[in-house]
Amino acid sequence: MIEILNFGLAALILGLAVWAVVAREAPAAVVGFIVYGLLLTLVWLQLQGIDVALTEAAIGGGLTGVLLINAAVRLRSTESTARAQRPSASTRWLAAALSATVTGALAICVLALPEPAPTLAPEVLANIAVTEVGNPITAVLLAFRAMDTLLEAIVLLFALIGVWSLAPDRAWGGRPGLLQQADPNGMLDYVARVLPPIGIVAGIYIFWIGADYPGGKFQGATLLAAMWLLVMMAGLADAPPISRSWLRWLLVAGPLAFIAVGVVGAVTAGAFLSYPHGFAKTLILVIEFALMPTLTLILGLILLGAPLRGEAA
Amino acid sequence: MAEFLVGAAAFILGMVALGLVRLLRGPGDADRIMSAQLLGTGGIAAVLLLGTATGERATLDVALTLALLAAFAAFAFVKAKLAQTPGESRAADSQ
Amino acid sequence: MKLFLDLWTVVAVVAGAFFFFAGTVGLLRFPDSLTRLHALSKADNLGLGLVVLGLLPQVDSVSAGLKLVGIWLLVLLSGATAAQWIARTFRQSGTDP
Repeated sequence: MIEILNFGLAALILGLAVWAVVAREAPAAVVGFIVYGLLLTLVWLQLQGIDVALTEAAIGGGLTGVLLINAAVRLRSTESTARAQRPSASTRWLAAALSATVTGALAICVLALPEPAPTLAPEVLANIAVTEVGNPITAVLLAFRAMDTLLEAIVLLFALIGVWSLAPDRAWGGRPGLLQQADPNGMLDYVARVLPPIGIVAGIYIFWIGADYPGGKFQGATLLAAMWLLVMMAGLADAPPISRSWLRWLLVAGPLAFIAVGVVGAVTAGAFLSYPHGFAKTLILVIEFALMPTLTLILGLILLGAPLRGEAA
Repeated sequence: MAEFLVGAAAFILGMVALGLVRLLRGPGDADRIMSAQLLGTGGIAAVLLLGTATGERATLDVALTLALLAAFAAFAFVKAKLAQTPGESRAADSQ
Repeated sequence: MKLFLDLWTVVAVVAGAFFFFAGTVGLLRFPDSLTRLHALSKADNLGLGLVVLGLLPQVDSVSAGLKLVGIWLLVLLSGATAAQWIARTFRQSGTDP
């Protein structure tokens, strides 16, 4: 039975991937991609990657969809011109050859992977006790490979700066995105008042259990960012102007706290980002707690896009 | 019991996947978003069934996340369509 | 007792699966967007509800049971409002969805 399910899932995912590429209209392709993300959550569950499934559910179900929908709507006015400009046959053949080469190279790499795959999982499980956290994913992300997580947080910050750099000069320092009008029916208004309190509790819950069970700051922050976007979509609150100093401070607070903990480790435990004995879990929680608001803000602001309006609401 | 739950999950997923024909055929964007909505609910049901079958508690949190964001894409979709046709949304305002 | 609870699960989950089937048939066969929306928002929420009711005897703690019911209520809330919103918006704007 489980084989039928897995086989069906794989076939569906491939079909949707093809649809997202070949669909003529951007909105149709975007909906296909949203469904693709949903099914990917199920695939990760079947692969026992519950942490990844949780991330995919939050990112794929919430943020990516909104990002792509907004992009599709923005591109709609240029769609007919883009379709009219048909590239020459040689360009198309070149593109096809390039795609086929990349696919072939990837297939060769995947097939050449050693069997069984080299893994550090037993070592993680052997040493997880020193970190005092129960979830091995959290132990890897915030203890054994904390440097990667720190750099990822900084990369997200760079991504936001990249988005902001697309702002027209006159709008620099202003509010990102378009002004949202309140929904005349009050339906969205209703959801945006009822759902966020529940969503905030759920986001903090998923952050909190991350120490011992699947979950963590990133998944929690994604949920919080989605709730924030919902409130803004309903026109109940406006996006903050990006020149505000509280906003700038919050954006760097997470990485700064992370680096500070790292420096403390360098002094007390002998290496950057190593935790003194007995304080590992406390420090991990400090880092996660500091990163959570920063990540929420960064994810929300990346989704809103470049500032387009002046400071006046 | 686990076998039955997995079978039910497979059946429900198969059913809502059939609804994806609306994604291919449309005709409108609303129909497409509806098929995504149906697959979202069916997906949550499948996650719950599979999670109960394996006894893995954390799958409930995956379903919780999916449920919180179930209609998020649909909201964004309608909102984007409204923003794209300002004349029509003003007409809706005046009614 | 165990047998009775298992029987309850089987009956409710099968009923839930039937409503997913009905929702899909409605989505595929109904003539226009508004009726399709109606079929979908009724059937999938009822389908998920019955699946949740069926799974309740199988979970091992009260908190897991509450979470199951909470998930259903969340889907009810967002599914029903989304369907209403799609329908009203498109009807009032006079465009064909």
